[in-house]
Amino acid sequence: MTTQQAPAIQVQGLEKSYKELHVLRGVDFDVARGSIFALLGSNGAGKTTVVKILSTLLKADAGTARVNGFDVATQAADVRESISLTGQFAAVDEILSGRENLVLVARLRHLRNPGKIADDLLERFSLTEAGARKVATYSGGMRRRLDIAMSLIGDPPVIFLDEPTTGLDPQARIEVWQAVRELADRGTTVLLTTQYLDEAEHLADRIAILHEGRIIVNGTLAELKQLLPPAKIEYVEKQPTLEDVFLTLVGTKA
Amino acid sequence: MSKHFFGDTTVLLGRSLRHITRSPDTIITTAIMPIAMMLMFVYVFGGAINTGADSYVDYMLPGILLITVASGIAYTAYRLFMDMKGGIFERFQSMPTARSSVLWAHVLTSLVANVISLGVVMGVALLMGFRSAAGVLAWLSVAGILILFTLALTWIAVIPGLSATTVEGASAFSYPLIFLPFLSSAFVPTATMPGPVRAFAEHQPVTSIVNAIRALFTQQPVGTDIWIALAWCVGILVVAYAFAMRTYRRKIS
Repeated sequence: MTTQQAPAIQVQGLEKSYKELHVLRGVDFDVARGSIFALLGSNGAGKTTVVKILSTLLKADAGTARVNGFDVATQAADVRESISLTGQFAAVDEILSGRENLVLVARLRHLRNPGKIADDLLERFSLTEAGARKVATYSGGMRRRLDIAMSLIGDPPVIFLDEPTTGLDPQARIEVWQAVRELADRGTTVLLTTQYLDEAEHLADRIAILHEGRIIVNGTLAELKQLLPPAKIEYVEKQPTLEDVFLTLVGTKA
Repeated sequence: MSKHFFGDTTVLLGRSLRHITRSPDTIITTAIMPIAMMLMFVYVFGGAINTGADSYVDYMLPGILLITVASGIAYTAYRLFMDMKGGIFERFQSMPTARSSVLWAHVLTSLVANVISLGVVMGVALLMGFRSAAGVLAWLSVAGILILFTLALTWIAVIPGLSATTVEGASAFSYPLIFLPFLSSAFVPTATMPGPVRAFAEHQPVTSIVNAIRALFTQQPVGTDIWIALAWCVGILVVAYAFAMRTYRRKIS
């Protein structure tokens, strides 16, 4: 790549405390445009706090963060114009139908033709048939798909996905992964937090590990693997994993 | 104020009103308790209560209307709490939407829902023999007081709606508000109460509001009651609004 573009997300020296609890103690990282960046960490490591600061829901105590070139503290409105947040729990309106949820978000983003936007997204996420039904009747995977579809409205250049597959069954997880890959293929920058190592391994261009309030490593999967002694060659019988068995039996195409 | 404030508030108001039309049980449960109380007071206790008024239903309707509002705003806190808990509040706050529209839509929804409940209770009262010869101006004054009272209580409801950690916590605050009319002139004249209770009853907001509405319905002079009533409503509204906004700012910083 020769084009000199500013990173989609730049974070420097980010600190945040909740009363006595020092959650972030100086977090630094950059996310290149159009890439998938995974923020990995155990529960309570502060992943959600980082996402909330980047999506202007929380104010940092110290440090700076820029999203799409805009400062989250001083240009919050421009940041909100540039992002979408998919939080830890599918933030959908249970009482409205899937289509109404999409129309609602399109209207709140002040777009033209909210109905058409909704129909296109329903189709893209295979929800057309369920579109007129109340979201309360959806499965976990359908809800998550709708949730992500809602985040795509208005084509924001940066999308935050906070633990997008927590609580999903394996099939739904694969559906979400596909959706995330498609996003990156279209040039959207994705910052994803997860506590599942395989999820980061499957999806991310770069992986950073957040531990005790700091980023302790940040690199591609290959780079992270080099941190450990070189691989030894061992011969191991390849057993199908339980996931393989499950997916074969329930007959998913993935 | 964002240039999208009115548009966004309208869109979000449409959303919450759909919640009400799709679960009309919230209106029914809001109206059912005041209606049950009205039936009980008029047909069970009423005969033994000497208020000096000709018709007991005429006497106690103002208090019942206030109880209706007090039980209705529990749903305002509930709806706001569910938005907070489900994460949709954060979704709206992270979008290029006028941020305060999210709160205002809930407040206006509360107003609409309470007006409908008040209408239902009023309808039952008419069936039970409530009559008033009040003119248009008096009716408008009653409507104005009730709307102001609803707004004041709605902003109180916003505080637990934003800060509660459980559903029960979000609506529990309304119980004392529902019982406040019992310690007022709503059902019995305060003159019959023992000293300290009477002192409390005569100096709490419900008594002046009830007296003002009752005077308007019966075409009596409203005297100073209406000004005391308005002062209470505006005072509660301002204080509750300030606390609600402080809670809200803490949530988003």
